[in-house]
Amino acid sequence: MDLFLEALAWLFSPEQYQGEGSIPQRTMEHLAYTAGATLIAALVAVPIGYFIGHTGRGGTWVVGITGAARALPSFGLILLLVLLLGVSERVTASLVALVLLGIPPLMAGAYAGMQQIPRATVDAARAQGMTEWQIVGKVEIPLSLPLLLGGLRGAVLQIVATATLVAYVGLGGLGYDIIQGIPLRRFDQTIGAALVIVVVALTLDGLLAAATRWVTPRGVHQGRLADVRARDSLSRTAPVASAVASPEKEITQQRKTTP
Amino acid sequence: MMRTKMTGLVGLALSAGLVLGGCAAGGASDEPIVVGSQAYYSNEIIAEIYAQALEGAGFEVERQFQIGQRDAYLPELESGAVDLFPEYTGNLLQYYAPDTMATQADEVYAELATALPEGMTALDMSPATDQDSYNVTADFAAANGLVSIADLAGVDGLILGGAPELEERPYGPQGLLETYGVTVAFDATGDITVDALLDGVINVANVYSGDPRIADFGLVTLADPEGLFLASNVVPIASSDIADAVAEVINPNSAALTPEGLVALNLQSTKDQMSPADIATEWLVANGF
Repeated sequence: MDLFLEALAWLFSPEQYQGEGSIPQRTMEHLAYTAGATLIAALVAVPIGYFIGHTGRGGTWVVGITGAARALPSFGLILLLVLLLGVSERVTASLVALVLLGIPPLMAGAYAGMQQIPRATVDAARAQGMTEWQIVGKVEIPLSLPLLLGGLRGAVLQIVATATLVAYVGLGGLGYDIIQGIPLRRFDQTIGAALVIVVVALTLDGLLAAATRWVTPRGVHQGRLADVRARDSLSRTAPVASAVASPEKEITQQRKTTP
Repeated sequence: MMRTKMTGLVGLALSAGLVLGGCAAGGASDEPIVVGSQAYYSNEIIAEIYAQALEGAGFEVERQFQIGQRDAYLPELESGAVDLFPEYTGNLLQYYAPDTMATQADEVYAELATALPEGMTALDMSPATDQDSYNVTADFAAANGLVSIADLAGVDGLILGGAPELEERPYGPQGLLETYGVTVAFDATGDITVDALLDGVINVANVYSGDPRIADFGLVTLADPEGLFLASNVVPIASSDIADAVAEVINPNSAALTPEGLVALNLQSTKDQMSPADIATEWLVANGF
């Protein structure tokens, strides 16, 4: 408990907020790696996930690599990539490792989001004369957003936690204070920095949870938990179908959710 | 005094008894000697030398290798659960006396003897060292005429690489400025320090003097005339209870282990991929033990 109080004292001491290696600077570095890796992972994973979800081809393949990729040891991967690419390319190497970590949940989210849309909904859109691109853009993507954002939440959480490791190759971030504190036996610093990472991770997760609720198309809320995560795709519930199939319901729902 | 010694003995007997599960029939001197090592290949080789030397002298030995870092194993030594451990004078002194001013080998060894907790005894230290040292590439040394750390004072744009804690150590950037008037930026390159030096990301690298890569890559270790670094000689740390008994076996080993000899041992591990046990056996035979 004393250690915890010392960690709080370290966190709130003024010298941690100025100069080189301050908490705000380390937090910004940490967020920069997280944002960069998440963006690249999304650019790679989401189109592939959507393609698989729309065409229905390669689903087992995605499940396979998604499961396998989770077993990659990130620390080893960062060191390996730095040694392969050279130390001058260590930023790229670390980003690649973080991107690889973010791809599986994002791809699963995009794929599952499309997969869980009832065929009847897509067929109805097609019967009304929508082109394939219109179906993707106006039906499938909006209806899949909640699960995609669930995947994004998973990816961001993984990346923000693992970005701690880039300090091992001299790239700073909040992990720096942790790995510096252990050999110096400055456990207030180690625990303090760990607390900052926890706060950053929870904040990001909270923001994304709010965003998930916000982007969920009106009418999809009904009968669903507010917290829509990728793993919900296992239970293919039908509220989407009923909401889309009965316009009156959608209108009442719309009234409720419109401020 | 007598009392602490007794509790130490009882503690030793108890812990050994626990490990053995009650098959200790004789007196305390018949208990196996527990030899520990860090999770560092070079340290494990030295521990293996101790273990085999003791076995050769008729002692029963139990190996508890790769216990990790100081925070993990020093409590085991203090409690008497581990009896003998290869250590490094400077780094160990820094653990127990973080503000120490000693830098020369004899000063460090003398101060360590008083800083060690009761129940632990430092046997004779070895001439072999495995300590922090500043290294540059041969090209960089030639281009800037570098022999000692002091020569760095005239060089602009220096970047020092090393483990993250180096930034805060007395011999880190601050010490370089105060002792030698050398200004450096710091890059926490950690495990990739030597690679970073070879890739030109940093110009000065903190590498342990026992690291075979210094010779492998033709790195130039800069001399330290002002004693910036703590000397860190290999030193066996023993439980006080058994220190006298094992000293006559272990001290000649320490005396025979030279700095070059230690690098050669490390090289057999990193380059030839030999096991610590084989390296230790070969070394003991070659040195006539």
